[in-house]
Amino acid sequence: MMKKTLMTAAVLAASFSGQAMAEGTLNIVKERGVVQCGVTTGLAGFSNPDEKGQWAGLDVDVCRAVAAATLGDATKVKFIPLTAKERFTALQSGEIDILSRNTTWTQTRDTQLGLNFAGVNYYDGQGFMVSKKLGVKSAKELDGAAFCIQAGTTTELNLADYFRMNGMSYSPVVFDTSDQTVKGFEAGRCDAITSDQSQLYALRIKLVDPEAAMVLPEVISKEPLGPVVRQGDDEWFNVVKWTHNAMLNAEEMGVTSANTDEMLKSANPNVRRLLGLEGPKGTGLNLNDDWAYQIIKQVGNYGEVFDRNVGKDSPLQVSRGINALWSDGGLQYAPPMR
Amino acid sequence: MSLSDRPTSESSAIKSGSSRFWNDPDKRALMFQILLVLGLAAFLLSIINNTLSNLEQRGITTGFAFLDVEAGFGILQSLIPYTETDTYGRTFFVGLLNTVLVSVLGIIAATVLGFFLGVGRLSKNWLISKVCTVYIEIFRNIPLLLQIFFWYFTVLRTLPSPRQSLEFLGSFLNVRGLYLPQPVGGEGFNVVWVMFFAGLGATWLLKRWANKRQEVTGQDFPMLYAGLGLIFGLPLIAFFLMGMPMTVDHPVLTGFNFVGGITIIPEFMALWLALTIYTAAFIAEIVRGGILSVPHGQLEAATALGLPRSKTLRFIILPQALRVIIPPLTSQYLNLTKNSSLATAIGYPDLVSVFAGTTLNQTGQAIEVIFMTMAVYLTLSILTSIFMNWYNSRKALIER
Repeated sequence: MMKKTLMTAAVLAASFSGQAMAEGTLNIVKERGVVQCGVTTGLAGFSNPDEKGQWAGLDVDVCRAVAAATLGDATKVKFIPLTAKERFTALQSGEIDILSRNTTWTQTRDTQLGLNFAGVNYYDGQGFMVSKKLGVKSAKELDGAAFCIQAGTTTELNLADYFRMNGMSYSPVVFDTSDQTVKGFEAGRCDAITSDQSQLYALRIKLVDPEAAMVLPEVISKEPLGPVVRQGDDEWFNVVKWTHNAMLNAEEMGVTSANTDEMLKSANPNVRRLLGLEGPKGTGLNLNDDWAYQIIKQVGNYGEVFDRNVGKDSPLQVSRGINALWSDGGLQYAPPMR
Repeated sequence: MSLSDRPTSESSAIKSGSSRFWNDPDKRALMFQILLVLGLAAFLLSIINNTLSNLEQRGITTGFAFLDVEAGFGILQSLIPYTETDTYGRTFFVGLLNTVLVSVLGIIAATVLGFFLGVGRLSKNWLISKVCTVYIEIFRNIPLLLQIFFWYFTVLRTLPSPRQSLEFLGSFLNVRGLYLPQPVGGEGFNVVWVMFFAGLGATWLLKRWANKRQEVTGQDFPMLYAGLGLIFGLPLIAFFLMGMPMTVDHPVLTGFNFVGGITIIPEFMALWLALTIYTAAFIAEIVRGGILSVPHGQLEAATALGLPRSKTLRFIILPQALRVIIPPLTSQYLNLTKNSSLATAIGYPDLVSVFAGTTLNQTGQAIEVIFMTMAVYLTLSILTSIFMNWYNSRKALIER
């Protein structure tokens, strides 16, 4: 029901609103004093409420960092849980300021939905998780299998492509939320769950018996995940883009949440520019000069955020892999701040 | 001269009846209605214009061109041939037909079950009437979505995996669904179909004749047996005469699951069961109310005339009760159709799940998709309504 209300609201908003766009999201956020951030309905490591009811995760920290940069306070975020189906409408209609919800960057989404992807905070790929009982070692052995999928994802399309390419058949069982998808898998409705690999690890620890399930080695697609904003608001687009870049640059220069204040005394011109002591500072972004300092101090650099939420300090234990910095052989690369 | 002119022109205006038109109540009412319609039209037009300009301003693609684009995703159940390479337009029809399927089968089952429950609740047998009461009170007081979840997640979980399927009469039941053997008509099987429809036609003609005869002579005709004989007997005879031109496609366990035969997916079973059981409870109360609305004197009169109980029900009670039953029954049918959109919660590929779900999300054209979906439910509801109103007008009391 909630879903229908939201959808109706979105359609109505598209019909009536005309003013919100003109003003600029950055100004609206500053006036409102809070960033409205669209996240998942619960996905460990990316956006999930913890035992105290606080949202935590890699995607959540993107929004916290944006709040730190724009408002100087990383806690000034209102998280709005959305299903995969609702997410774009919520952003288009102005219900949220940023969509940070495991969203794959594709051409259609970037060009036809009136949206812009502000970077990639996690390079992912689609995989399969099966029950160990099945005795399957490779996705190629899954001919004729039933798959539990979440509705409205690129996963649905990749699965169809993969099976068509390999001349195999399958039956898709499509659910609304990842919770229902896991329930369907546990009930034995399908042989396998397919989703982005990071999600599979997150879903696996939610299972009653995680040891009974395994993730197959095949990766069948490219899934660059990142924060999304509305098209046509370049000021806000820049803020989100450079928030991500600042976190990457901070990791590269070794600036962490623990040593930020120390680093203020650094003689390294790169560090001084990052922390807003020299260089472009905040003027071009219409932010305070210490915007990047606030991000690193309150949220941390990219490496810290990764380790804390999905990496070695988290239950997910995902290795950095292609998400390592370019200097460590990964894909994460940010333009210089000067 | 000029002074004397004016009164003459005024008085002639009054005489000719062309007094100021806003003083005429009829014309004034008409004018207000025209103004209202014009105002509404202007309002709608401005909404549409505003929407289009807003969408364009935000760089969102509009229009219905997406219906011709390849969909590229699979659908679990389809009544028409569908593959991933078909268009978004086709996903619309796949979803629509799945919605119609579960609604029509749900309406039929709920009506039958509801009538039995309604009559049962009025039964003099204590046990039957209490069982019906308990059923009605339980199922109409639990939210439908919970019931759907119950049938889907709770009942489904207890079913075995494909390799340990329950087998009966060549059918298999497991957590993936119900697998039935499928009769495949061979050469000459068309004759059987022809006879079936011929039987249907003959039954209809016979029924008209029997009704006329009953009106004139009062004699009853065993319509039920004659009808059954015509509808099922005729094709059966044809079937044997043609040398049984039929093979059976049995479901066979291969790899992960059964292949061949007819597959009834558990999502359909759960949704159909939940819709039927829930709506039947409401229909039962409507039927009970209808029967109770027939004055007791009618029953006494029938008994005095010596009509047996079954005939009293058929000829005296039900025809009078139906007049009360049909209008609220229509609402229940409409409810059932609209409630079928809860399918999306358990992944039954109905219109809302497939078209307003996946297609909407893959194309991002929310307004067009939601508009088409709403138009479908509106059309389905209006069609149901028209049919039931027609049926109602036939059953209504005709005063002579």
